[in-house]
Amino acid sequence: MARAVASPKSQVPRPSHVASPAPAAKKSTLELDRLIHERLRLGIVSALAVNPRLTFNDLKRLLKTTDGNLSVHARKLEEADYIAVDKSFDGRVPRTEFRLTAAGRKAFEKYLAHMEALIKAVRE
Amino acid sequence: MAEPQPIHEHAIESLRFIRDTMERATAFTAVPGWGGVVMGATALVTAAISGPPDDTLRWVLVWFADAAVAAPIALAAMSIKARRSGAPLSSAAPAYRFALAYVPPLVAGMVLTPVFAMTGLMARLPGCWLLLYGTAVATGGAFSVRIVPIMGLCFMALGVVAFASPAAWGHWFMAAGFGGFHMVFGIIIARRYGG
Repeated sequence: MARAVASPKSQVPRPSHVASPAPAAKKSTLELDRLIHERLRLGIVSALAVNPRLTFNDLKRLLKTTDGNLSVHARKLEEADYIAVDKSFDGRVPRTEFRLTAAGRKAFEKYLAHMEALIKAVRE
Repeated sequence: MAEPQPIHEHAIESLRFIRDTMERATAFTAVPGWGGVVMGATALVTAAISGPPDDTLRWVLVWFADAAVAAPIALAAMSIKARRSGAPLSSAAPAYRFALAYVPPLVAGMVLTPVFAMTGLMARLPGCWLLLYGTAVATGGAFSVRIVPIMGLCFMALGVVAFASPAAWGHWFMAAGFGGFHMVFGIIIARRYGG
């Protein structure tokens, strides 16, 4: 099962416009889940965290993105086993539905905890 | 060149993005499908009891009783569905936005009901109720999945047809709208949007 959590290769490369983190926050930064950190993938996981399932079109409209962009990022999440994809037919129309897996929910909760830890570390 | 952004601000921005996305996504499940089916069933029973509009207070009271039953069903179904999705109605911004758009047309309906009754237009209430309920669903549905405003537009269209038809057919329109539309759209919402 592919994961992007806490492996050296998956560390978030610090963008040049982002200042150095406080030491206490640095550990959290290093452990960031790069897979979820990307904005569109973060949106997909956030939306699925509050819905049992969402269709491809629902997500596309919610995240204001294109078919191609959504497909690419959803596939990455699927490959990591963070989301599950169910394909079916509604009459003759193909229908794609996404749902968050247990691994995906755990990774999302971990990501939230990291973000909160970063904020807390800087404020202390 | 852009000013360096402290990393905690980057984290705050990410959390804000997550919260906004979750709030907008919550609207997808706020409208209850199975609750609509139950409301539709009560409306069919009510239409059978009320019969054609006959300019009597009894006819209006029968439908008021149905509304009194349907409203708690809708609220309970919405609450259960929202809680199951992890975003209780009490804390969900989409529910607040939905209510802000949904309630005004219903208030207009409450104001117009006695006006119709006092001006001898009681038998025309089905058209008024269907049109304004449809407006409420269409405007509130702007914050929900596409099928909800479509349902609202169907109610509005039925209201217009009811106004243009003989008043004696009013209970059929009430059954088709509050009964049939609620049940058909309710099943679609329940099957596609998680209950």
